[in-house]
Amino acid sequence: MTKVKSLDDLRKMRDDLQSKVNLREKSDHPEKMVQIKVSMATCGIASGAKETMNFLIEELDAQAIDTVVTQTGCMGYCYAEPTIEVTLPGEKPVVFGHVDLKKAAEIVEKYIKNGELVDGIIPVNYETVDEKNNE
Amino acid sequence: MAKYNSHILVCGGTGCRASQGEEIVENLTRAIEENGIENEVQVVRTGCFGFCEKGPVVKIIPDNTFYVHVSPDDASEIIAEHLVKGRKVNRLLFVDPETQQAVSESKDMGFYKKQLRIALRNCGFINPENIEEYIARDGYAALGKALTSMTPEEVIKEIMDSGLRGRGGGGFPTGLKWDLTRKVESDVKYVVCNADEGDPGAFMDRSILEGDPHSVLEAMAINGYCTGASNGLIYIRAEYPLAIQRLKIAIDQARESGLLGKDIFGTGFDFDVEMRYGAGAFVCGEETSLIHSMEGLRGEPTVKPPFPSEKGYKGKPTNVNNVETYANIPVILLKGSEWFSRIGSEKSKGTKVFALAGKVNNVGLIEVPMGTTLREVIFDIGGGIKDGKKFKAVQTGGPSGGCLTEKHLDIPIDYDNLLQCGSMMGSGGMIVMDEDDCMVSMAKFYLDFTVEESCGKCAPCRIGNKRLYEMLDKITKGNGTEEDLARLRNLSNVIKDTSLCGLGQTSPNPVLSTMENFPEEYLAHVKDGKCPAGQCRSLMEYVIDEDKCVGCTLCSRVCPVDAISGDKKMPHVIDVSVCIKCGACMEKCKFGAISVQ
Ligand SMILES: Cc1cc2nc3c(=O)[nH]c(=O)nc-3n(C[C@H](O)[C@H](O)[C@H](O)COP(=O)(O)O)c2cc1C
Repeated sequence: MTKVKSLDDLRKMRDDLQSKVNLREKSDHPEKMVQIKVSMATCGIASGAKETMNFLIEELDAQAIDTVVTQTGCMGYCYAEPTIEVTLPGEKPVVFGHVDLKKAAEIVEKYIKNGELVDGIIPVNYETVDEKNNE
Repeated sequence: MAKYNSHILVCGGTGCRASQGEEIVENLTRAIEENGIENEVQVVRTGCFGFCEKGPVVKIIPDNTFYVHVSPDDASEIIAEHLVKGRKVNRLLFVDPETQQAVSESKDMGFYKKQLRIALRNCGFINPENIEEYIARDGYAALGKALTSMTPEEVIKEIMDSGLRGRGGGGFPTGLKWDLTRKVESDVKYVVCNADEGDPGAFMDRSILEGDPHSVLEAMAINGYCTGASNGLIYIRAEYPLAIQRLKIAIDQARESGLLGKDIFGTGFDFDVEMRYGAGAFVCGEETSLIHSMEGLRGEPTVKPPFPSEKGYKGKPTNVNNVETYANIPVILLKGSEWFSRIGSEKSKGTKVFALAGKVNNVGLIEVPMGTTLREVIFDIGGGIKDGKKFKAVQTGGPSGGCLTEKHLDIPIDYDNLLQCGSMMGSGGMIVMDEDDCMVSMAKFYLDFTVEESCGKCAPCRIGNKRLYEMLDKITKGNGTEEDLARLRNLSNVIKDTSLCGLGQTSPNPVLSTMENFPEEYLAHVKDGKCPAGQCRSLMEYVIDEDKCVGCTLCSRVCPVDAISGDKKMPHVIDVSVCIKCGACMEKCKFGAISVQ
């Protein structure tokens, strides 16, 4: 175990260790953060949802954008997988279809960072869809 | 280091562990491996979540899904459905008793809504056996700040300004206590953590030590810096094996990291902590008895003054604080006294942890701002009384406290208000009673405890409590008289006035407060020979309704003392002089012919 010899040591250690509990801290206040749900049912996984999800987690982390990425069940848009739902703080959720890595990068750059809409939005009635998921 | 997308927090408190928490962790880990997601999902054993009623509890991060009553068999479904496919396992979600809706996030549950977690901030959040998780949560930063940028006086002033008062029962201002110990000149001083926690039904301190041991170690070191002590001692009852184990791990890790030991933070400050085990005597929670017990003497109290801050362990100045008091310290230093003093009521700042038990729906560990009302605690957080029964009373302060009733429900809970109502804060046990609980029996229960636990040093406590118990016993058996009631009150006051330590000074409180709040119930016992709550067996009579009895003879065959007689197909009768009121006949009767009167 590393020795803490000064307050600076402790601070450095804390910063390095932050990621250990970051996820738990963030999840306590999801409404203040960008929330992304990745549809990860069989169809989603088969069309690369997992890669998309991992890419999003790493990319947003690297850019230090506070985000909670969770997986969710089938959203019902199997024709458009992988699909992701993005909720910016204080905004209505938006669902994007056919999110491959390229599209994911575009969503991060344009929509998440600047609020610009990009192609591929699926118009939805959020509530009904969500209820369906939870059945 | 693997970067996990999801954390599964499994409650590792004593309660949840007893209900197969370990098997749940094992099965989850296995299922994670089977699904090949071990680099994405991390299983973390945490301290107590507080919602013991619904345990074992498992929480999935980041979507904050809260699963209740989880069994080891559920593990594979949780992994396959929730973690792999992202579908919540609905059957394991908490169901709101009012709306009958499944609630998935803890923050939407009544139990958590009114809570504010300061002392419990890390319980159920970090792995208590990993110092790194504590450091990631700003652990030891308060100690670092104190040692490198504040004088002991400045730290003490911060604690004083915060308004923090001792959580061990008395409510003595913590900053003032530290200052008293600091001002006494001595080559050696001691810092003691009181983890005796002897109240029946209380488990606040145990949960803090099990869920966040480092916060207590850090605060003890800060205390050492302020008072000029380099030795810390934790007095803990041997009945708390898990807390002891986690403390040992924490002490080892803190030493290895240089956060306990010599020259902490390179400032030349030395501090180390040792453990002392108690045999689980209530009186050893009293600070002078505790000190004697640590010295290897009999656990008996001695007169104060001298206070431990002047002459304590081995005759040296000793600062004794409670576990929960310590758990508040690091946050106060990091967030400031101003922040802390905005929480709570006028004279009681911050929060208080309560162990909610008895006849409430949500038994568990809760932390609320001082000034929260009993109604909010029992009905909003506790979810009301079990089985739709009626609330009758709540005992706060354990055997030293008193019972509070309906008319006290809207009083803001703080040290002074509770004292005024004839109870006390105590360490935070809260036992809720419903209409089926007899108040005389309740007082008798606590006296039974005090008689056992009195150390025997003072005659009023040793003999008086025994006499109180006997009188209460007589009343519950239907042999009491009105004179006994006067004697009860009288003797109670004598014991309070003439005992040396807090044990005897408070042990009659349950008697006095029940007599004060339920005089008619005492009278019913002594005058009418009736127990209105129907709990005192001796005052009950089992009778058979002739019209309903078909003479099946089941009752007479099950009666262990042959008190029931009657011919076949003819109504039976119970001989009350023989009946021992075990209730077996009533349970057996298929025709509802037997009742209690
Ligand atoms: C009979 C009796 C039992 C006590 N038991 C405890 C206990 O279990 N834990 C505790 O912290 N304080 C207990 N106390 C209070 C201690 O004497 C002491 O006031 C306390 O540990 C001081 O810490 P604090 O100022 O942080 O509350 C007890 C007191 C009495 C009279």
